[in-house]
Amino acid sequence: MDTASEVAKRAERADVRSRWLLSAPALLVIFFAAVGPLFVMLAYSFMVKGDYGDVKPGEFSLDGWFSVFFQRDIFDDTVGLADAHLSIFWRSVKLSLITTMLALAFGFPTAYFIATRPARTREVWVFLITIPFWTNLLIRTFAMQEVIRNEGILNTLMMWLGLIDQPIQLMYTDAAILFGMVYVYLPLMVLPLYASMEKLDFNLVEAGYDLYATRLRVLWRIIIPLVRPGVIAGSILVFIPSLGAYVIPRVLGGGKNMMLGNLIELQFGAGRNWPLGAAISITLMAIVMLALLVYVRNEARSGAQNV
Amino acid sequence: MRGKLKAATAALALVAFAGAAHADGELNIYNWGDYTSPEMIKKFEQTHNVKVTITDYDSNDTALAKVRAGGHGFDIVVPSANYVPIWVKEDLLLEARPDQMENFKNVDPRWVDVPWDPGRHYTVPWQWGYTGTAVNSKVYSGDINTSALFLDPPAELVGKINVAPEMNDVLFATIKYFGGNWCTDDKELLKKVRDKLVEAKTKWLAMDYSVTEKLPAGDYSGVYYWNGAIMRSRLANPDIKIGYPKEGYPLFMDSVAILKDAKNVENAKLFMNFIMDPENAAMLSAFAKYANGIKGSENFMPEEMKTAPELVIPAEFEKAGEFLESCSPEVLSLYSRIWTDVQK
Repeated sequence: MDTASEVAKRAERADVRSRWLLSAPALLVIFFAAVGPLFVMLAYSFMVKGDYGDVKPGEFSLDGWFSVFFQRDIFDDTVGLADAHLSIFWRSVKLSLITTMLALAFGFPTAYFIATRPARTREVWVFLITIPFWTNLLIRTFAMQEVIRNEGILNTLMMWLGLIDQPIQLMYTDAAILFGMVYVYLPLMVLPLYASMEKLDFNLVEAGYDLYATRLRVLWRIIIPLVRPGVIAGSILVFIPSLGAYVIPRVLGGGKNMMLGNLIELQFGAGRNWPLGAAISITLMAIVMLALLVYVRNEARSGAQNV
Repeated sequence: MRGKLKAATAALALVAFAGAAHADGELNIYNWGDYTSPEMIKKFEQTHNVKVTITDYDSNDTALAKVRAGGHGFDIVVPSANYVPIWVKEDLLLEARPDQMENFKNVDPRWVDVPWDPGRHYTVPWQWGYTGTAVNSKVYSGDINTSALFLDPPAELVGKINVAPEMNDVLFATIKYFGGNWCTDDKELLKKVRDKLVEAKTKWLAMDYSVTEKLPAGDYSGVYYWNGAIMRSRLANPDIKIGYPKEGYPLFMDSVAILKDAKNVENAKLFMNFIMDPENAAMLSAFAKYANGIKGSENFMPEEMKTAPELVIPAEFEKAGEFLESCSPEVLSLYSRIWTDVQK
């Protein structure tokens, strides 16, 4: 009996060891490529900015963090909230939330459509959804520009149809940024939604109809609660990259109104304020972490409900 | 089938080998995008048996940050006048002494004793130009020689203006518009500058780099932008007219320099000497539509460039043009705050 438990223990220890060994390469990559640079950023955010970019190593300063949220007025030296940064934060969060909602509105019926196809054709539809990923993001963004510019496909088509008599200014507006982000991030919404809908037991839907539930009621009380993990996962996958988007606001927004990604770039470039850039980057990550925390807590609660 | 595959592989290997054996060396140029004449590069490659690789940047600060970070592998960089002293001060440039090179005699005396590189110990002229105004004359026919075109835009242009996304150029024009001097730290004046820009921006369409396509196509009807791009726009659409803001407009000159940690110093020196040859300098200008600093290059330029209004500044407006020096870090941080306010 003694030996048996010892053997089992030894086997378990060997198992643990081999697991660690197997995951070591991945852990090393994560440590050096993700966690390491993060600490560099954190350190930079507490240093004094260099005269021509970079930082003065070893010189401690809270200026970077102070100026994320506050500013000393250039003109009368009073300290106030950093109005420019806060409005850029707000624009980023607002546009990302709207993008997520639009992606959900378009992605839900798409995923439902795919999930209700016969098993064989489903794979074809999923495959079609992934096709845009074959093309570089920058190229897709410039393609969008050709669609929505004044002489572009959309305006030409609407004028030809007689819907409008002069081009609508879509380029360089927040609408253009939204348009671009929804298009680019839509597959990230459809795929997790589809994954949870595929597991949906459609007998439950039929049972609902048998019990005289309306279509809306079936959707609201049966389908949506069952695919909720997919809805949440999809929303997170869309919200996070939207928040940090750089190329899309730069190209489609015309560089006139910044989002967070552009503000960070400005600080590392012409602004020559790396500590501020680092502090804003970390703030952006904090927002993302917050969103994820909300997600995890929601998950835990719904998990508890199911038990 | 097998035989064919073998033959194809052999042919490919031969091509690869020939490619490798062809060039005696390499040269890695780090330059602004859409700025380097491919024909001139080809000529350089053939003359000196060197394989040239060009990498683009879109701002002086991007270039500076990347090179300072190290490990870039570039030999040549083309900073603007006001940045050259920074590059020198940060010890990033090689003192290549182009003033002792064979073709230096071709450099226009006007561009030899320049404040950013007196006597040209580090750099040779690449191209120079200015930031001017331009409109589509079908849309607006009033006075175009003023910064008011984009700071207090006429009704016809509201919502159709593109302004170069370049902090220094925009702030310079606005400071001059209110009668100030570059690098001023006069807060009363800067407050006016900021408030004017914040207000004017609501009347702009974009701050973007795509002028050469969008100005001729009619997406923009007015721009504050670099003269070469405006000339390229006019060649595509004759209705485009250039203006010289009388309140003041920035001149620029980009100069070729060799990096201190360049791996191909000899080839880089060959390149410096090469572009001081009038015929080669003319190729540069023919492509990017900016003037160069080399005497005699006009003899090799296309006819359209000799008389182009974008290149020949009328005498009455010549004085309003000014090279931007680099301001002190304190002033710069004021300017960069204003710029963030403008772009929020």
